[in-house]
Parts: sequence; C-alpha cells; structure tokens
Amino acid sequence: MDPTQVNTGDTAWVLISAALVLLMTPGLALFYGGMVRAKSVLNMMMMSFGALALISVLWVLYGYSIAFGDDLGLGLVGDPTQYLGLKGLMADVTGVAGGLPPMAFVGFQAVFAIITVALISGAIADRAKFGSWMVFAGIWSTLVYFPIAHWVFDFSAGEHVGGWIANSLVAIDFAGGTAVHINAGAAGLALALVLGTRRGFGKDPMRPHNLPLVMVGAGLLWFGWFGFNAGSALAANNLAAVAWVNTLVATAAAVLGWLATERVRDGHATSLGAASGVVAGLVAITPACSALSPIGAIVLGLVAGSLCALAVGLKYRLGYDDSLDVVGVHLVGGLVGTIGVGFLATSAAPAAVDGLFYGGGFDHLWRQVVGAVVVMAFSFVATYLIGLAVQKTIGFRIDPEQEMAGVDLTTHAETAYDLHATAGTRSGIGQGGIGQGSAPAKEHGKEHGKEHGKEHAKEHADERKVRA
Amino acid sequence: MKLVTAVIKPHKWEEVREALEAFGVTGMTVSEVSGYGRQKGHTEVYRGAEYDINLVPKIRIEIVVDDPDADDVVGILVKSAQTGRIGDGKVWVVPVEGVVRVRTGDRDEAAL
Repeated sequence: MDPTQVNTGDTAWVLISAALVLLMTPGLALFYGGMVRAKSVLNMMMMSFGALALISVLWVLYGYSIAFGDDLGLGLVGDPTQYLGLKGLMADVTGVAGGLPPMAFVGFQAVFAIITVALISGAIADRAKFGSWMVFAGIWSTLVYFPIAHWVFDFSAGEHVGGWIANSLVAIDFAGGTAVHINAGAAGLALALVLGTRRGFGKDPMRPHNLPLVMVGAGLLWFGWFGFNAGSALAANNLAAVAWVNTLVATAAAVLGWLATERVRDGHATSLGAASGVVAGLVAITPACSALSPIGAIVLGLVAGSLCALAVGLKYRLGYDDSLDVVGVHLVGGLVGTIGVGFLATSAAPAAVDGLFYGGGFDHLWRQVVGAVVVMAFSFVATYLIGLAVQKTIGFRIDPEQEMAGVDLTTHAETAYDLHATAGTRSGIGQGGIGQGSAPAKEHGKEHGKEHGKEHAKEHADERKVRA
Repeated sequence: MKLVTAVIKPHKWEEVREALEAFGVTGMTVSEVSGYGRQKGHTEVYRGAEYDINLVPKIRIEIVVDDPDADDVVGILVKSAQTGRIGDGKVWVVPVEGVVRVRTGDRDEAAL
C-alpha cells in the first residue's frame, strides 16, 4: 500500500467509529442520569457533557501531543509541544497506521479521552460542585489520562518512540482496559474517598429514579462500543471483525452472568442488573477483544458479569460511596479483562499470543498484571492528590443544605421533571418531595441578598422584557 | 356529613373500589401516598445491600358521605381492604361542616 495515499475504506471506518465512541458519552449521561435520584439527574448528565466540551478542547490544544508526541524519556510522557494545537497534522497522510490520515486518529483518540473522564463522575453523584468537577477534569486529563494514553496506546514506529506499556512491557490492551477502565475506576474510588459519602448513604436505598433511561443509556453504550473496540483495529479488516464479534458475545454473556448472580443472591433479576451487566461485559472485553476466541470471550464475559455483580456490594461493607459503581464495574471489570488476557489469550486470535490456559505459560500473564497494577496505583494516588487539592482550595462538595434540596436546583437552577399542574409558573420549587422542604426557597433568598442593587435590578428588568 | 378517609394497601385498591361502587358510593378522591404505622416499614434487598424501608406506598381514599351512611362505608372499607397481615392501614371519620358543588352551587347533602 502506498503510505502517502489515503485508504478510503479504513478512513471511513475509523471516522465512523470515532463518531460511535462520541455517542457513548451522551449514552453514559443517560446511563448515569437514570441511576441517580430525581433531584440530581441533570447534574449527573452535565458532568458528562462538561467533560465532552472541556476535554475536546484540551485534546486539540495539547492533549494529543502529550499522548502521541515523541517520548520524553522512559516511555512516560510524550512531547507536549510537538503537536501543540495539532500543528503539522492537517496535511500529512503518512501517519500512524499508513494510509490513515493523522486527523482521523486524532479524532478517534479524542473521544476515548472524553469518555474516560466522564466515567469517573459516577463515583461522585449528587454531591459535587459543577465548577470544581470541571477544574478537576482539566487537571486530571492533563496529569493522568494523557500520560497513561501515551503509555498504553502510543506504539513506536520508525523514528517515533512511544509509551512503556505498549512497547517495553508489551502487555496487550487492545482498546483501553488499563488506560480507560482501570484508570477511571481507580480514579472514581479516590474521588469517592475525597468527597465522602452522601447524606443517608447505606441507610436510604437511593434507588435509581428512571430505569428506562439507564437501559437506553446501556444500549447506546453497547452500540458505541463497537466503535471503541472494532474501531481500535484502525482499519476495516479481519481484526476489526473479530473484535466486533467478541464485543457482542462477551457482553451478552456478562448480562447472563450478572442476572444469574443476582437471582441467586437477592432473588430477583433486575433491569439495573441487566444494564450493569452490559457495561461490565463491555469493559472486560475491551482489552481482550483482539486476543480471545469467541468462546474465550463468552467465558470472560460470564466471569466479568458475576464478579462485578458481587463487587458492587463491596462499597457498603467498606464504606466508600462509589455512588454508581464505577469501581465495581470499571475497575473490577477492567482488571478481569486485562488480567484475563493472560489466561484466555489464544494464538488463533489476531493478537497471536497464547495465555496460561492455552499453553503460553506465565509470560503474558505477568505483563498483564504489571500493566494493570501500575495504572491502578498511579491513577489512584494521582487522583487522590488532585481531588484533595481541589477540595482544599475551591471546595469540591456542595453544602449539606444544597445536597438535601438537590444539586440540580441549587447548582444548575433547573429540575429534570416538572410534571406538576402549575409547571412553568413557579420559580425553582422543583419536584418538592419528602425531605426537600424549604431549602430551595432559603437558597433563593440568600442569593438575592448577595446580589442587591444593580444585578438585582437588572434581573428584574430582564424579567419584564420577557413578559413584554 | 362525614369525611371518611382510608389508607390502604395499593394492591387492594381495585377490590375496595368495586365494593364501594356496589354499595352506591358515587364519588371519591384517591391519592398515592407513603407512610408508616406501628410496623415501621420493612427491610428490602437491592443490588446486594439490605435496607430498612420506613415509608411504605399506600393509597388514600377520601369520601364525603351522609351521616347515616358513614358506618356502612367504614365497614365496607375495612372488609374489602383487609388481608389480616401487618400494614393493612387505617380508616377514620371526621365531621364535615359544609360542602358546595362547584358547578351548580348546590350545598351540603344536595351537593353529595
């Protein structure tokens, strides 16, 4: 193939895959949004949309360069100035995969960075300041995600030197079990510890307020994930097709595993369990989809579904409020998938490596374990420190009063559902409900007190204009 | 006139309504409510964790009736809503001073 010639088939597939992966973040917003209580659904969704907006910009400015610039030493971080503002990448078609325009790869990797940040937000539902979340997201992507993407996704080629996990350790992480899921899961645990538990955690069931939203979100995630995994082949080829089928069947098996575990443990197969099983399976097959046979994928999916179903109960025993189970699903699922490669890889699959169960011995298993553990430890420590810094400076957690009234109303001045007959004529009363009391009215009063004079007068002038 | 209020288990609602209609009750106001009584709720397992559920969903029925009918309506409510297990609910009766039908302006018994 002439490397200066664009391969239209591959390019089309990668651009479509990138768009599929982009859709995962709004899908995640629905998945998470349905799981929280009615008073915090908008805030939950806004954390995903905020990540979408911020990380896209940072990726173009310097994120891509940190992840995919020439290595600055030891395979830890790329040169942030090399592609600053994506300079030099618009005309060159001799990029990373030969025949794929560099911008296609830039776009495809951008959406990975976005969703990884958005995933973390599930650990801090109902109680984070939106501005602080955005500050955290910017710092975290810069110091944690972009470097780890360099470790895992940046392969050396020609003169270009990439990251240590991809090139020195040579662990298999096809689409981001370490960089995306173990990373986001460990970060979620750290942030949940920094912010502390929600009021009523462990006492109130805090059941999901809208399970149909959760299931639609899980469906969109599954759909988008075909771009995530099969798109990571960076070509429209056999590897992509194998990854596609493995992504289908491992996920399906994980749903069965989760539901069976729930049925035995609690007596019911729940829709939240089915949706969570989808995500657990997708997470587990992400690093492994190039290295497993479809049968191996089924085994991996069953294990991931069952283990994650058991793991989501841990937070109550250990006392950390990982509100929407980022740890139980993404950290545990990511570990199952990444380490599972060391057991279940078969040389018949495109990655052509044998794991322990296929006579490959421990050679690959230890590489997978090292990759997983290092990413987990680095992400946890770095996230804890960043979270603490945000908490100590601008504050990360909303006031208890605001938390009771609902973060949607007090932070965004909106409520998701106003189904009351007097809807639209009331000011910020929200959906009322037991325990919400008069706090919103109090907040409202406070704000007006602060903004006496000009601001206040202007606000009322605007109101009049709208009426006229 | 009397206001009869009943708080019952949601799954008994259809039976209760049929019994009231059979007796000749022509109107009522029904709402979904939550609360608890002496049983103080129950425990529930969800996503691998056990919780005390204090507030239990109930149906509240309000009926304004003529004085002589009050006892019968109470009897029908109790009989049709009863399961014999805890959490069956309560029925209570309070006097009503006046009633007006909004459409016609009819008052008291004529408005029922």
